[in-house]
Amino acid sequence: MTRQGLIFTGPGVIALAAYPWVFRSNYAINVGFLILFAAYLGQTWNIAGGFAGQTSFGHVVFFGVGAYVSTILQTTYGVNAWIAWPFSALAGAFTGWLIGVLSYRAGLKGSYFALITLAVAEVGRIVANSVPITKGGLGILVRADPRAANFQFRDTVWFYYIALALCLLAMVIAWQLTRTRFGARLAAIRENEDAAQALGINSFREKVKCLTLSGALCGAGGTVYVQKYLYIDPSIAFGVDKSVEMLLVAMIGGAGTVLGPLIGSGVLHVIGELTRDLGNMLPGVSNAQPLSIIVYGAVLIAIVAWLPDGLMGLFRRRSKDGHHA
Amino acid sequence: MLEVKGLSKAFGGLAAVDQVSLDVGAQEIVALIGPNGAGKTTLFACIAGFTRPDGGRVRFLGRDVMGLPPHRICARGIARTFQITQPFARLSVLENIMVGAYHTTRLRREATAQAVDVGRRVGLGRQLDMRADALTLAGRKRLELARALATRPKLLLLDEVMAGLNPIEVEEIVGIVRAIKDAGVVILLIEHVMQAVVSLAERVYVLSNGRIIASGSPTEIAGDPSVIEAYLGPGAAARLKQGRAHA
Repeated sequence: MTRQGLIFTGPGVIALAAYPWVFRSNYAINVGFLILFAAYLGQTWNIAGGFAGQTSFGHVVFFGVGAYVSTILQTTYGVNAWIAWPFSALAGAFTGWLIGVLSYRAGLKGSYFALITLAVAEVGRIVANSVPITKGGLGILVRADPRAANFQFRDTVWFYYIALALCLLAMVIAWQLTRTRFGARLAAIRENEDAAQALGINSFREKVKCLTLSGALCGAGGTVYVQKYLYIDPSIAFGVDKSVEMLLVAMIGGAGTVLGPLIGSGVLHVIGELTRDLGNMLPGVSNAQPLSIIVYGAVLIAIVAWLPDGLMGLFRRRSKDGHHA
Repeated sequence: MLEVKGLSKAFGGLAAVDQVSLDVGAQEIVALIGPNGAGKTTLFACIAGFTRPDGGRVRFLGRDVMGLPPHRICARGIARTFQITQPFARLSVLENIMVGAYHTTRLRREATAQAVDVGRRVGLGRQLDMRADALTLAGRKRLELARALATRPKLLLLDEVMAGLNPIEVEEIVGIVRAIKDAGVVILLIEHVMQAVVSLAERVYVLSNGRIIASGSPTEIAGDPSVIEAYLGPGAAARLKQGRAHA
């Protein structure tokens, strides 16, 4: 991280921590939660897709596996949600390890890897829809019992702070990737895998490690989602839209940068909130949902066309930094 | 140090490398020359583990290394450069070299110091903060050399590190390669630039159509009729000799 980056870190963290005290409405705190949570999931995508170049179109599979594992442990086996939480991370890690071993053993790279992850997530959705343990398409309701001991809170601000903590944790991990050997190796693999191997890097092992880490973090996110909304079903757990959102926030902010997913998530959600009102103001538009999707699409096209390095690319171009800010 | 025996590799019906044997001893610079398409780069790829040979043997420091993946071969002490330069384009020059340096240390500080040192040795001292894709061709060739060198190899395989450079740049790289050799690294190089081959190599192998057709000192090689014919076509050696006799 540059000196500038460090100077912004302290005030940035304080501002995020103070946000619920400044904007006290439930609406504002919920938007804040959504921004931080999407930034967290986006960062887990970024660790694999941005830093290591392992572009996944199905990252939601880790989220979904994590969400179902802790929820089933709770509702079917009566395990406390806090205790179930680490198992979500473990399940996500195992899923990442498995996908990595299978697809990298088979030599799948780039778009082939992306398509495999997309397919695996779809398989997850179909399986969740058809097996009894997930209660199929009905989804699973978690019994509401809002006590901190149950990982349920009456005041949504607690979820805001959990999302903030996760987001900061993921950013610290991402930051470490800019300054450790592991991170340097992932960057080398992203830029040129043959050259990386020639320099003694076991690219298979490093890529599997990276996907395992990313899967663990993303899986842990699944539990938080279920604990907040107390409900999970196959299309939430394995929906393509969530995968797209994860890669979108990272790419808009700047893939392979520490701050990218947070900035991307902020921009995307603010645009989303604004266009929702815009949709209601336009005459003849009854359902605002398609409009925001159109705007998302337009934003993505604009980013790819003019800012291939994302919004962080703007800063970097000005500060003439190396790749790792 | 490096012993290659009867190494073969065919692509479909084409024998790219055909029963090649060569050896490189300690404290040596050995050159591998030959016309385009002779199989030099394929031979390198086989030695460095990027291509699996069909048959033969590759031993390094007395141990069999054939069939090992590239990163394991690098761990044994063999580093290669790529003829078509393969920089980590969006990383800085320093970060590029650090990837190599991390092969010998886990610590960032040490890797940085080592990379700066290697960068200076190959003459990239002033470009360390530049992005690798902003380098000129000569700069990229130096970067290939620096990255490989940063892994602290015992044997360096250099694949045309001077191709496309002007005579002054070639002169500089020759000096760098000689300094690397003096530091105790053994070098096997593929090179078309004869100026460099003559001034660097003690021994030369000539590869043509996948086979070693001659070996010896640079001057011996230059006068060998089979070598002349490999480059200029059948009968060329005789015509050259006649030409000289008439003159």
